[in-house]
Amino acid sequence: MKMGKRGDMYYFFSFVRTIILLLSLFAVSALADSSRLLPVVPGKALTFPQDYGSHQDFRIEWWYITGWLETEDKGPLGFQVTFFRYATGHNQENPSRFAAKYLIIAHLALSDPAVGKLMHAEKTAREGFNLAYARQGNTHVKLDDWTLVRDEDGRYLVDMRTSDFGLQLSLTPTQAMMLQGEEGFSRKGPQPEQASYYYSEPHLRVTGTVLRHNKPVAVSGSAWLDHEWSTAYLDPDADGWDWAGVNLDDGSSLMAFQIRRKNGGKVWAYAALRDASGDVKFFKPEQVKFTPTRTWQSPRTEAVYPVAMHIRTGEIEWQLTPLLDDQELDSRQSTGAVYWEGAVTLTRDNKPAGRGYLELTGYVTPLTL
Amino acid sequence: MKTASLSRWLLLGEWRAHWVQVMVALIAITIGVAMAFSIHLINTAAFNEFSAASKSLSGQSDLQVHGRKGFFDESLYPLLANTEGVALANPVLELDIAVPDKLQNRNDHKLKIIGIDMFRAARISPDLLGLPAEGKTLDRLASDTIFLSPAAMEWLQVEQDDLLQLHAGLETITLRVAGGLVRARMGQRIAVMDIGAAQWRFQQLGLLSRVELKLQDGINHAAFKAKLAEELGESYWVAELADQETRVANMSRAYRVNLNMLALVALFTGSFLVFSTQALSVIRRRQQFALLRVLGFTRQQLLRQMITEGAILGVIGSVLGLSLGYAIAVLAIQFLGGDLGSSFFPGIKPSIYFDPLTAWIFFLIGLMVTMSGSIMPALEAARAKPALALRSGSEDAAMSKLSPPWFALICLSLALLFTQLPPIFELPVFGYLAIALLLIGGIALMPRFAAWVFSVLLAKWRHARIGAVSTLALARLANAPNQAAIALGGILASFSLMVAMAIMVTSFRVSVNDWLGHVLPADLYVRAASLGDQGGFQSDAQKAIAELPGFDRVDFFRTQQLILDASRPEITLIARPIDQADPSNTIPMTDDMMAPAALPEDLAPIWVSEAMVDLYGYSVGKKVSLPIGATSNEFLVAGVWRDYGRQFGAVQMQLADYQKLTGDLSVNTVALWLQAGMILDEAIENLRRLPFGGALEISKSGDIRALSLEIFDRSFAVTYLLELVAVVIGLLGVAASFSAQTLARAKEFGMLRHIGVMRRQIFAILAAEGGLLTALGLVLGFVLGWGISLILVFIVNPQSFHWTMQLHLPWGWLAIIAVIMLVSAVLTALLAGRRAVSGNVIRAVREDW
Repeated sequence: MKMGKRGDMYYFFSFVRTIILLLSLFAVSALADSSRLLPVVPGKALTFPQDYGSHQDFRIEWWYITGWLETEDKGPLGFQVTFFRYATGHNQENPSRFAAKYLIIAHLALSDPAVGKLMHAEKTAREGFNLAYARQGNTHVKLDDWTLVRDEDGRYLVDMRTSDFGLQLSLTPTQAMMLQGEEGFSRKGPQPEQASYYYSEPHLRVTGTVLRHNKPVAVSGSAWLDHEWSTAYLDPDADGWDWAGVNLDDGSSLMAFQIRRKNGGKVWAYAALRDASGDVKFFKPEQVKFTPTRTWQSPRTEAVYPVAMHIRTGEIEWQLTPLLDDQELDSRQSTGAVYWEGAVTLTRDNKPAGRGYLELTGYVTPLTL
Repeated sequence: MKTASLSRWLLLGEWRAHWVQVMVALIAITIGVAMAFSIHLINTAAFNEFSAASKSLSGQSDLQVHGRKGFFDESLYPLLANTEGVALANPVLELDIAVPDKLQNRNDHKLKIIGIDMFRAARISPDLLGLPAEGKTLDRLASDTIFLSPAAMEWLQVEQDDLLQLHAGLETITLRVAGGLVRARMGQRIAVMDIGAAQWRFQQLGLLSRVELKLQDGINHAAFKAKLAEELGESYWVAELADQETRVANMSRAYRVNLNMLALVALFTGSFLVFSTQALSVIRRRQQFALLRVLGFTRQQLLRQMITEGAILGVIGSVLGLSLGYAIAVLAIQFLGGDLGSSFFPGIKPSIYFDPLTAWIFFLIGLMVTMSGSIMPALEAARAKPALALRSGSEDAAMSKLSPPWFALICLSLALLFTQLPPIFELPVFGYLAIALLLIGGIALMPRFAAWVFSVLLAKWRHARIGAVSTLALARLANAPNQAAIALGGILASFSLMVAMAIMVTSFRVSVNDWLGHVLPADLYVRAASLGDQGGFQSDAQKAIAELPGFDRVDFFRTQQLILDASRPEITLIARPIDQADPSNTIPMTDDMMAPAALPEDLAPIWVSEAMVDLYGYSVGKKVSLPIGATSNEFLVAGVWRDYGRQFGAVQMQLADYQKLTGDLSVNTVALWLQAGMILDEAIENLRRLPFGGALEISKSGDIRALSLEIFDRSFAVTYLLELVAVVIGLLGVAASFSAQTLARAKEFGMLRHIGVMRRQIFAILAAEGGLLTALGLVLGFVLGWGISLILVFIVNPQSFHWTMQLHLPWGWLAIIAVIMLVSAVLTALLAGRRAVSGNVIRAVREDW
């Protein structure tokens, strides 16, 4: 909750995962007055297609797609698309159609080595008037003209355009979905309620168009989708987290995260490695270790990010190398959100093994007023 | 001797010898420029601040969509948001909500609450986002919170986390002050809530005030606007920021222009004074100049000398005037507020901004006015034949050239012509020009008129044994009328202006007073905080009030704001029971109305205020369409009434017609007539005991009336001040011209002393001259002022404020002012004469070679 001190309005709406840091602080007060929200409990089997859709009874929920694209001239591009639903816990009795019961937040980012830094855009709106919503029953989220829709056949369609860049992608699953944690019950801390429901769709085959400076470019590639929902998530001691999701070249999928403690060390960690045949190996917190190998300092925020990361899961050593260093999302001018979300290549035992995304939150030096 | 040093020597010598007159001229210019400049500064500051404040509410939007009735259904919002070419649609619900603690101030008891969707507003008017306490970001979306601008916090005496009570209809609601609006303009009194919360808490579910649009890049705004306006139809209007600016400007334009005109009148009076001082100074020095010419001074040099004198006076006076004007403006804003006590610019706190360009313009105006006062006498002095001018006694002849009669007659005829012309851009430009021409013509005609009057008097009284003193005084006035006329000019100008203003203000005040009596016939008026689109009293509350004992008659009023023209302020619709057989029983009608029998059955009649006639071209018998009811409906204009309360227009109609057309049964105001024997306070007590009694705003008609007149007087405080300035300048003029003349006549007085006239008698001559002159000036000033007041009452007021009034003359007050001016003029003449008579008699005569 470092940036909370700025008292600026938005960052907690528009942040993708960092919002959950705030939630931990809100947990006590906010949950007290919104007991209608459900806790995340173990042993509840996820049911589909319902669980593709939104879960209004939980405070927070997101659909989160990251991936690597190739243009026709073989240039690599990274992209990140996030739709986010947030229950304010307010206005339950307010009959107004404007009553801000749920917020929809969306984030779009494009990493283009030719540009040298991240292009990104974000939007926030209250749910209502069919201008913004997260539907139940299947993945169907809309924020003005930005949409993420899951077809009956499992294909995801993304349409997000801004005034100068954007993308229209079709993402087709090539493998079964991957339930994280215990059959989709994913713990985030030592307390049992610090958890989320969490499934991933790795190895999505991507085709479509990317707009750069309003010029359409045909692209193809592979992506990773996370869908996660929760009410209470983080430990109050948490400082931020490091997360990586990687599609490995051999068809395997790796997801690993650690939640860092405020004064060093970690609150929780987790990793899952599924091979092409579908066998999953889970790693316990003590088996997962993140070690920064190179840092990069943002010239804008002066935050120091470990953009190259060494991850050990059990006996396996992974090395993550960024597509470009400057993949910081600095939107303090508009919304206050600052984190690093970047396309990375992965080596296993020094051999190229796959491509994925690394997310680093909570690295901005707290601002003092 | 070099020309330059000669010039300086001539100048300084003259000023050293006659510093009083130089000072008087300087003061006149200074006051004139100061008044004009300060009024301009105050008006500009107030207007700019008001305009900026209303602009800050709508932020960076390209277009705004409003309903013609103030509120419209929210279903338009998603339609607009999804319209091709719209980048962002920002829904806004704007409410003026009564604050319980401020009810005693009828004109200033409302808080502007703006309901916004922060996520939309952030991109269009980010200044409206409240700053919550740390870690309480969600307060911005909560339904029990409100954010206040610093000025609003100060006004309401609340701080962050305090509770604030507001009236919504007959309910009282409590909100928590969750934070401030740090970027509100200084002095701007506004509050911001979440739009959903505002809809719910203030019972406005489903309603919006406007939707602000940001268009996508590359969209042609004009084409988009035209297309959207056509698609939306008659119930909505689409406005650009420029329209809004025009609207704000239209709201106060008449007020600002008229105030500026009054300030210019002060400047004009000042310039006349400069003219008379310069003219006298030239006349006095005719022989001196003639001598210089004989000694080799060229005409050009002489002219240059005179013009330099005027220019130096003008520069010093204007610079002093600018500084004084700035100081006055700062003080006035500090103590009176930007609208100088009137209520034209509510809820803002302007600060004076010094604009070098404007200052330069006012400096030039001051300079030009002074120079123009100097040039005519200078030309005359340069043209004079030295041989003639060297002779004593040629002064009066010289002066007569300054005011040829044809000039005066042209001015007066033009003035008459201008009174017949229509306004330009809805401003009474020709009216003001007519006033100026009337003044100039009147003053220019003065010498001939004075000569004629005093000759007649002299001829009449010659054999009436009126004594030496009177004969001498009359002879002097009759035979040297030009010098007399210059002294007269100052009195004439200031007194006529004062008479005109006094008649205008009195006529206005008497008319307003009668009007108030007419529009407030009931004993009690009860209002409930309005609910935006709905009146505060629903049917059950109306019934509860009507059933109270002790009332003879209970009338319900439904008032609403309508927008007929995007570039004009809203008009007011008043629906109430009207005596159709004789509407004058209910409404203060003018004579312009239809015979009740001629009203058709099928068309609902409306009665419109005079402003509707001027601004919207309504006329009796005309069929007009108004946005009342689900769509627009046709109405018949059945009559025109006087409205001093709403200069932007008002329409009255039968409450029954209104309810039939709209289905809206709510009302805003209840008028109550007491039964005989019922005590007023008891009736109020009964009202207060109603279940919703606490939220009622109960006013006695006497109180409303007193308050309205108080506001009226406050608005005219500035004109009183300007009048006073004109009088002071006029008296200064009397002092200046008398002292100049008596000095110039030192030899005449010396001669009189030699032939045995006593000093006392000379004083008596002076007093008689002063008294006679002033009396003539007052009589003429009254006539001229009366003429000007006719222009003010029957041309300027109807053209700028769209109301007519009856003429009323404040005889008593005018008489008092006349006596004061007469006495001060005589005293001034005596004071000025003392110096001339106190000198050595021998020396005074010796000068006359």
